[in-house]
Amino acid sequence: MATRKRKRPASFYVLATLLGAYAVFLYAPMACVYVLSFQGPQGGMSFPMVGWSTHWFQVLFQGTGGQGVGDIPSAFRRSIRLALIVGVLTMIISVSAGMAYRRKFPGANFVFYSAIASMVLPGIFVGFGIALTFNLLGWRVNWFSSGIGAQLTWTLPFGMLIMFIVLGRFNPAYEEAATDLGANARQRFWMVIVPIILPGIIAITMASLTSSYEETARTQLNVGTGNTMPMEITGLLTAATSPVIFAVGTVTTFVSFSLVIASLLIMTRLAKRRSSRTAQ
Amino acid sequence: MKLNPKAVSLLQVAPMGIIFTAMVLVPLLIIIVVSFLDYDFARVFPEIYLGSWQDVLTSQLTLDLYETTFKFVAIVWVITFSLGFSIAYFLVFHVRTLQIRLMLLAAIAIPFWTSGPIRAVAWVPLLGREGLVNQALLGLGIVDQPVAWLMYSEFAILVAYIHLLTMPMVITISNSMMKIPGSIIQAAQDAGASEFQIIREIILPLARPGIAIGTIFVVTAVMGDFFIVKTMSGGQVNTATMAIVTELNAFQYPPAAAKSVLMLAIVLGLVALLLRFADIRKELTK
Repeated sequence: MATRKRKRPASFYVLATLLGAYAVFLYAPMACVYVLSFQGPQGGMSFPMVGWSTHWFQVLFQGTGGQGVGDIPSAFRRSIRLALIVGVLTMIISVSAGMAYRRKFPGANFVFYSAIASMVLPGIFVGFGIALTFNLLGWRVNWFSSGIGAQLTWTLPFGMLIMFIVLGRFNPAYEEAATDLGANARQRFWMVIVPIILPGIIAITMASLTSSYEETARTQLNVGTGNTMPMEITGLLTAATSPVIFAVGTVTTFVSFSLVIASLLIMTRLAKRRSSRTAQ
Repeated sequence: MKLNPKAVSLLQVAPMGIIFTAMVLVPLLIIIVVSFLDYDFARVFPEIYLGSWQDVLTSQLTLDLYETTFKFVAIVWVITFSLGFSIAYFLVFHVRTLQIRLMLLAAIAIPFWTSGPIRAVAWVPLLGREGLVNQALLGLGIVDQPVAWLMYSEFAILVAYIHLLTMPMVITISNSMMKIPGSIIQAAQDAGASEFQIIREIILPLARPGIAIGTIFVVTAVMGDFFIVKTMSGGQVNTATMAIVTELNAFQYPPAAAKSVLMLAIVLGLVALLLRFADIRKELTK
């Protein structure tokens, strides 16, 4: 709102201090984790640091941490496999549903409010309900049936909401122009709509990939045999009493950050390519 | 072949509708049904038994558990709202360039990508008996022995909740605030309104949708959580959801189901109430 320079009111300094204090509160615990993961071999779970080393990372990767350090590589593979499938399914189903919502149709409110309910209901109850249903039907819970289904109840509502944002900003003039030039529905979809909403589609895929990778409340009762990564980590955290848990923290944060940064890079590259094209 | 546009829409939305029906609505129905069934240590019988509901609705324990849950919801909401509103106000109305605003918003959102379990454990080196806070308090001579209630206590639970849930409040409220036209604020300033009057008379009412959606995040997260309560209290504090999880782990499905139905009804009721203040679809597309 301020285009001309004027003196900052007193509230500016009060609120700036508050934001600073909040930032310290926000980052302090995480900073402790990263620093303590480089604790020396003799060091404990709190400060001071007893030398610096990568000892605890070696313990983690070699699985020599004694009790609690389970089979991380296979849990990681399980989680990545699940995340990839859930990411692709969420993308296809959300884009399709988003296209449906461009018209009025019977049942629109039913699906929309189911999505809202699915999003706001505490995950542990949704997971419990799915496990119970499988149990009563006499089916075994399995990662590819109940596991994927349970995760979709968490990722699909967000996919739908992102599609609402993306298509809400979509300028229908582009599509009308394509129609006037004789494009059929398939051509309009693949050559006009998809290129324009591509950043949104990537956002949906990456968001569901990361949230599938982190989800536990809905997943844990429904994956069947074998832990996923967050379950493995939770087990580690409750069992291990050495700085190896901080090494886990540093590594998993690094993995999620790589995912987030990769998706941001892809999206900025797309945005750049588009702006250079429209500038011509 | 030419399909009626409504039929096309129905086909397009069908996969999503089927998944929500099969994985959310049917399971909820099953939970309700099972809450009325008889059980022993091993399995559920298809016979009607109202004992689970009697326990839930008449026991003092249920009341106590919900009292703890709602105490947490109330305290966490008041603090995350005040903090979230102040920070959002600062970002939108005091920070002058869009670039710095987005940078600060990103800085607030970044810790959110660290997984929950790790964020909970991260408090031990800070708040534990030998943690940094105790070391500082001892070093400064404010206390002569370590403060025990910093970690594994209700205080620790609240700290973890506030740490986790202020971010959604900041994001949703600042999203609403950014939509307030500068001209309205300018007009109020020209008419001689003080900063406080502008906040109370203009910004607060116009930020209501953002506040409502942020509140939904906070309320549902606190009510559905058992992990933070378990980790941060070291198992010493019990809430309504913790009680359900304990029964689930003991395979006591019907009583767990009855308690879940009550919890789900409360959560859905609260969300329905809050949605009266915000039209989600309008918020997203505008």
